[in-house]
Amino acid sequence: MSAHAEEHEHFAGSNKLFISIWVWLLILTLIEIVLAYRPMAIHFMLTILLGLSIIKAALIVAYFMHLKFERLSLILTIVPMLVVCICLLFVFFPDSFRSHGLRYQFKETPPAPAEATH
Amino acid sequence: MSTEARAPHFPAADWDGGVFPYRVGHRKLGMWLFIVSDSLTFSALLIGYSYLRASNVWPTPFPFYPSIVFSSVMTFCLLSSSLTMVFGVSASSRGDQAKARKWILATIVFGLAFIILHLIEWNHLYSEGVRPFSLPAEWVTRYAAPDGTLPSPLFGATFFTITGLHMFHVFTGAIYLGVVAARVKKLKHEDVEISGLYWHFVDLVWMFVFPLIYIMSVDVGAH
Repeated sequence: MSAHAEEHEHFAGSNKLFISIWVWLLILTLIEIVLAYRPMAIHFMLTILLGLSIIKAALIVAYFMHLKFERLSLILTIVPMLVVCICLLFVFFPDSFRSHGLRYQFKETPPAPAEATH
Repeated sequence: MSTEARAPHFPAADWDGGVFPYRVGHRKLGMWLFIVSDSLTFSALLIGYSYLRASNVWPTPFPFYPSIVFSSVMTFCLLSSSLTMVFGVSASSRGDQAKARKWILATIVFGLAFIILHLIEWNHLYSEGVRPFSLPAEWVTRYAAPDGTLPSPLFGATFFTITGLHMFHVFTGAIYLGVVAARVKKLKHEDVEISGLYWHFVDLVWMFVFPLIYIMSVDVGAH
């Protein structure tokens, strides 16, 4: 039926485009590996790594999974709610930092600021 | 007819029935919804891992060789398998089923290479003494915080759960692609494309597992 003709139209993108996406993904992966051996604060590194991962994920979803060439209504149905749900999971992190602080109450040595006040 | 996808107004008639409102078949929409739900599964696992990591002293045990070399080669295998899968889907859209089958078989080979390398990598850690709920004795003293707080024994639990579930996805994906390759002449193009969606999703998940599990836990020597 007519849906079949659409599919052919839907599968846009040349092999050259896909190879260049693959090369970009490899370059971004290499940057990640190099970053692992650069001394830097862990928060800084996490931010850069997650940024690179999101770029890589977006490249895969847009070109390899072909979402860029799909209808806008499909993209709007799938992507925003997934992003919102993942962001909602971040609600746990304040508790994570709190319990990290709790752990240090069991130290036997007195905290350093107490000495500085003398 | 799909050129109206760029229409500036919202075509209300799309939702009156009789057409595919998203311009994809129900199978493909179903696969997309499955991918969304599976993304949430992996997000929950990765957030759970991050939670534990932020609230504990965490070991950073991965040496350049074997762990980082192996995981980088595994990343290469998965990325390349995605490329061969795209070529397979592309060949299938041109109606060249013999070529599509060859590319899909190449995808399976890369996938199996990933699994084999990953199992070798698991074996390295297992023989070092990592278990789901305990660390090797040597790691406990090595990665203890300067104030004496011991590293979390849950390292193994998070590592084996997340990478294990991902490996299971690669494994089921390889079987799925095997079925698609065997039946490619009987299947519609869209069915081949759907199997591609699943395979790319498995690749996508690894793009988060690799930096968060491996790159963030590289052993850089000085503690």
